[in-house]
Formats: sequence, C-alpha cells, structure tokens
Amino acid sequence: MKPRHKRIALIVGGLASITIAAVLVLKALDSNIALYITPSDVIAGKAPHDKAFRMGGLVKQGSIQREGMTTRFIITDTAKEIPVAYTGILPDLFRDGKGAIVQGRLGADGLFSASEVLAKHDENYMPPEAQHAIDQAQKK
Amino acid sequence: MTPELGHFALILAFVTALMQGVLPLIGAQRRRTQWIALARPAAQTHFLLLAFSFACLAQSFLANDFSVAYVAQNSNTQLPAIYRFAAVWGGHEGSLLLWVLMLSGWGAAVSVTSRQLPEVMVARVLAVLGLVSIGMLAFILFTSNPFARLLPAAAEGRDLNPLLQDPGLVFHPPMLYMGYVGFSVAFAFAVAALISGRLDAAWARWSRPWTTAAWCFLTIGIAMGSWWAYYELGWGGWWFWDPVENASFMPWLAGTALIHSLAITEKRGAFKNWTVLLAIAAFSLSLLGTFLVRSGVLTSVHAFASDPSRGVFILILLGVVIGSSLTLFAWRAPRVSAGGAFALVSRETMLLINNVLLVVAAGSVLLGTLYPLIIDALGLGKLSVGPPYFNTVFVPVMVPLLLLIAVGPLARWKHADLRDMARRLRLSFVLALLAGIILPQLMGRWTPMTALGCLLAVWIASSTVFQIAERLKIGGGNAPASFWGMHLAHFGIAVFVIGVTLVGGYQEEKDVRMQTGDVVSVGGYQLRLLGISTAPGPNYRASVGEFELSKNGRVLKTLHPEKRQYFSSQMPMTEAAIDAGLTRDIYVSLGEPLDQQGAWSVRVYFKPFVDWIWAGCLLMAAGGFLAVIDRRYRLRVKAAASVPASVTA
Repeated sequence: MKPRHKRIALIVGGLASITIAAVLVLKALDSNIALYITPSDVIAGKAPHDKAFRMGGLVKQGSIQREGMTTRFIITDTAKEIPVAYTGILPDLFRDGKGAIVQGRLGADGLFSASEVLAKHDENYMPPEAQHAIDQAQKK
Repeated sequence: MTPELGHFALILAFVTALMQGVLPLIGAQRRRTQWIALARPAAQTHFLLLAFSFACLAQSFLANDFSVAYVAQNSNTQLPAIYRFAAVWGGHEGSLLLWVLMLSGWGAAVSVTSRQLPEVMVARVLAVLGLVSIGMLAFILFTSNPFARLLPAAAEGRDLNPLLQDPGLVFHPPMLYMGYVGFSVAFAFAVAALISGRLDAAWARWSRPWTTAAWCFLTIGIAMGSWWAYYELGWGGWWFWDPVENASFMPWLAGTALIHSLAITEKRGAFKNWTVLLAIAAFSLSLLGTFLVRSGVLTSVHAFASDPSRGVFILILLGVVIGSSLTLFAWRAPRVSAGGAFALVSRETMLLINNVLLVVAAGSVLLGTLYPLIIDALGLGKLSVGPPYFNTVFVPVMVPLLLLIAVGPLARWKHADLRDMARRLRLSFVLALLAGIILPQLMGRWTPMTALGCLLAVWIASSTVFQIAERLKIGGGNAPASFWGMHLAHFGIAVFVIGVTLVGGYQEEKDVRMQTGDVVSVGGYQLRLLGISTAPGPNYRASVGEFELSKNGRVLKTLHPEKRQYFSSQMPMTEAAIDAGLTRDIYVSLGEPLDQQGAWSVRVYFKPFVDWIWAGCLLMAAGGFLAVIDRRYRLRVKAAASVPASVTA
C-alpha cells in the first residue's frame, strides 16, 4: 500500500469511528437526560407524563409519613406542593424543612413516585436546583 | 503568630514562583547561564516555603487555633488528632494549598532528579511549572487565603463534615492531587519542548517516567475515592458517574492515552504533535476538574457549600493555560517533522486506535459532564445527565479497546505480521470463548453482558500471561522493568473487568424492615439482627446494630454497622459494616428507626468479586511504577542532547 493510500485509509477509518461515536453519544444523551421541573411548573402541567424527571424543593415541615419501607412526603417550592412517595432507605440528610431533589415519574393521580432521592452531604448546603425552584416560585 | 508565618511563607513562595517562572525562561532564550542556573534552587526554595506554610496551617489545626477562620470552619476540639491534620485539606482553601504544595513538590522532584537533562531544558520545564504555580498562588492569596484571621476568635470550631471524618480523607485527596497535579510535569515538558522547537524522541523519553508516575498516583487516587464512596457513603456502589468523579476520570483517560502515545514518540518519533496535544489536554482536564470541584457549579456529592465566584478565577486560569499553550502549539507545530513511516498493521496503528478510543471516551464523559452546565448557561433549563448515558456510551468504546489490549503488545513496530499474531493469540481466543460460555453459568445465570465481560477479561489475562511465558522462554531475565510493568498493568485491567462484570451482573441489593430476631437472606447468606444498642464515640453517639452472618446454618461472623449522630453538627452518618472476601462482600448498613416496635430499615448487599475492582486498579498502578523505575530513563544522555529517533528505536 502506498503511503498516500494508507493515510487516506487512516483518515477515513478515523472519521468513520468518530461519526459512529458521535451518533451513539448523542442518541444516548437524548434518551438519558432528566429535566429539572419545579413544583409550580408541575402543577401548571409542564411535566412530562411518559418520562422521568427531577424535581427540587424543600421537604415540607411535618409532611414525612412512614408506612413500612415506604415514605410519603411533600416537596414544595413554597408556592406549590407535590406529594411524593419513595420506597427504600432515604439519605442521611433527608430532613423536614431541608432541601432535596427527587427523581421519578408523575402518576395520573398527581402522586410523584420517586426512584431516587438526593439530599446533600452538608448541613448548610442547598442543592442549587432546589434553591432555583424556590427562587422561581417567589419571583411570581 | 504561626498563621502569620504561614501567610508570610506563602507570599514568599509567590515571589519565588515569579523568579522560577520568569527568569529561567528568559535566560534560556538569551543563553544566560546564571539565569538558567536559577531554576533549580528557585524550584527547591519554592517547595520548602510551601511545605513550611502547609506545616503552619497544620499546626494551627492541631493546636485548635480557632482565631484562624479556616480552622474554625473545619475543625473542632473534639475531633481526633489525625482528622484535625487531615482537615487541613478538608475545605476549599486548604485543598488549594495542598494543590500548590504538590505542584511545587513535583517541581522540586524534577530539579533533583534531572541531572542527566540539558540545563536549558530543565530551566524551561521548571519555569513552566513556576508559571502555573504563580496562577494558583495568586488565586489562593487573593481569593482564598487559608490563614485569614477570625476576630474575635471562635470559642469552638464548626467541625469537619462527618462524612470526611474517615481514613479515606487522609489518603484519597493527597493521592488524587498527586496525580492531577503530576500531569503538570508532562505539560511543562511539552511546553518546554515547544518553546525550544525541539520535539524529539529524547523529549518523549524524559517526559515518560513523570507522566507514568502521575498516572499511577491518579489511578490510586481514583480507586481510593471509589472505595471510600463504596463503604462510607452507604450507597454500596463503586462508581456513580458523579460530575466530580468524572472530573478525575477525564484526566485519567487523557493521561492513559498520553502514556501510550509517548511510547510511540519515544520509540518511533511519530505522532509528536498529537502527543504534545494530549499532554496539554491531560493537564487542562486536571485544571477543569479542579474548577468543577471547587466552584460548586455542578450538583454532586462533593458540592459542599462553596463559592461560585471563586470558580471564575480558575476558569480564567484554565483559559490562559489552554489558550497560551495552544497558541504556542499552533506556532510551533508546522515545523515539527513527521516521524517514521509505518504499515497499516503495526504497533503504531494499534496505539493510534487506542488513542482514538480513549480520546472519544474522554470526550463523551466531558460532554455528559458539561452538558447540564451548557444548557443552563444558555438558559434552556436545568437538567441532569444520568448514569445510563455514560454506560451506553462507554461500553461500546471500551469493548474494542479491551479487545486490542491483548493484540497491541504482540504487534511489531513499523510492520506487524498478522498471521504470526493470530497464531500467538489462538489459545487465548479459545480460552476467552470458553470463559464467556462457562464462567457466567458458574455464577448462576448466563447473560450476554456478563459473558462479554468474562470473555474480555480472560482474553486479556491469558494473552498477557502467554506473552510473559514467551519472553521467559527466550530468556526473560533481561526483560526490562517496563516490560513487566506494561503486562502487570494490562493484567490489572483484566482483574478490574472481572470485578466490574461480576458485581454488575450478580449483585443483590435489599432494603428491608428488620426487628430483633428477623432474618434476611442474600446471595445464599443469612443475616440475623441480634439487636441494636447505643454506644458513645469520641465526638458522636452511635446506634450499633449487631448482625449475625451465617451460611447454611453455620455462623461466620458478627457485623456491626453504625448510625452515628455527631455532637457538633448534629449530622447523622451511616457507617456500613462489610465482611470482605476474595469472591464476595457482604454489606450491611442501617437506615433509620421506623416505628415504636424498634424496627429499623436496613440495607443489605451481596457484592460478588467487588474487591477485584480496586485490586485491578492497584495492579495497574503497580505496573506503572515498575515502568517508571526502568533503567533506561536514568541513563545519562550523551553530549548530543537530541538523539535522532531512528537511533533510539
């Protein structure tokens, strides 16, 4: 093989693999992002019904109820409230009145079934997305 | 007094960094011997001053000097001494100080061990390191001074985040920073070579041991972080594709590519431009990682209360580093000669594919990590990119890479004989196929993914072992350390792949409600809750569970997971109890009390072969260290500093 052919083969091969990689990457990215939606927007009907999304806000004071391994609580952005149910062990810093992020799906009955609950590892830290939700609600 | 001394030493270090960064560089351009000679003592003084400054901060911590704001925020009189010391890098200011200390340490190491290098080269390398140090020190002195006083002094410190009160804090950040910052040496060598306009095999050979050493530390650092997250965060996973994990993983991927492309540049003089770009990329990604972690722009487990405005400074520094080095590259690159020619089937091609795959992997991690930031910055909403993205992208990129690990080292430079390679791989191929069919069935269930993982692991491991055997047959006694290093590292990857595959395919996770006397079975083991009692700790009170682990009615061990309540911060912490073994871990952690009957939520995991993941990483790092001590890196370069590539090959 001539050096020129070899270089062309290398370039074509390189471009082909990069294209395939780019297509795979974008496809994967598209199907695996979770949007952050504030409780107010959920009430306003802006949440997807067929797709998981994330919701940030405060755990409403006194709203935590336990039934066996399932916990029910309310996530609020101080304006609107969304009931949430989660089965499993909650993070250590999941507390009444503190910021939290839940990921999951919204049921037809308006109950948010969380598959994941995130609370942060610092007492004084507020997840930016939870803060954002509260700021948005108070601006209105 | 001590904090002021530390602060003063920090300012002096900044001044010496200015000397180290500017004078040798000018000296090297103008051939002023005295200015060139300044580089080494400046680098060493710089290191000593920073070490002194660091010691002052440590002393403030150990002496509970709460008149220092940083100490008051991150320590407490009840904190055990070892954590008071580790708390030095438990927060923003101190971890940056550790960062520059490491940087100056690498610089001092270069200045001491580079006797065989031309003085001009050493001067330029140290100068570039000095310039980086100027940037970071300016950042520390002007925005994040760890010695700032708190007046009046606090009576008691706010305490170190309980999450950090763990042996992991003592080892993980220093190791990780050693690696992160170590790529600055590879970067400095690349920039120095660009400035001198002499990119040759000798440059690659000087740069290699430093790059590999940094890579080893980074490997250990990441592995320790992963292990820490596994047992301390109570999540039981070993990798979460958390932005901060990604921040350390991207330089690792770029660094791995760099190690391999440096091999081509050293042996064959080819891909010089590419190698230089990778060196710039690896260090830039390290800086980007520092930015992501310290600025708090991303939601992550590492995002403790942080100050976004500080991020801007690192972002500017990042821009300056990338911008200036790429400008220099654009200016110099056209003059760089192309290396030796090679056939389509050759070790060069194999390493090229390795590089393309690793760079694609790094790029996809970068995209997934920055995507939420970009979308947010554009005002298009807030979103998060989940682990499924990374898994779907990563597996197809890694599979060909893993397949090639077995093939690459068999290929000869310049022109490889495919038929000869196929013959030497025949047995490995059969073994790998058998492993893919049989191993998953031995584990209880055959799935395509576990079959693929087992196949790849055995493919790599067996080919590595056969290559060593071949070498021993023709007299392995004289095999260089780097030969053993490479094969040990590749074998480590096989071990790692086994761990990842089996824990991914066969782990069992259960969240259950348990009362005293209840039994839960997992992975063929039974765990009985004997009771939960309270016990005091040095600065916390713990609820301690007592679990009896048994298999087939035979009691093996008692496990004691804890739920701690720290006094000073009132933060709860979960301490998992793990029965570790060669083929499986049993993992128990306490959730929280559920009701009046004394029931607790309990998390129980069965993790087959999970420890192989970290063992594999340690083998990789050990292989890297073996390669670093190879004799040829310490050979004195003869009078002519630049040996043509064809001679060294």
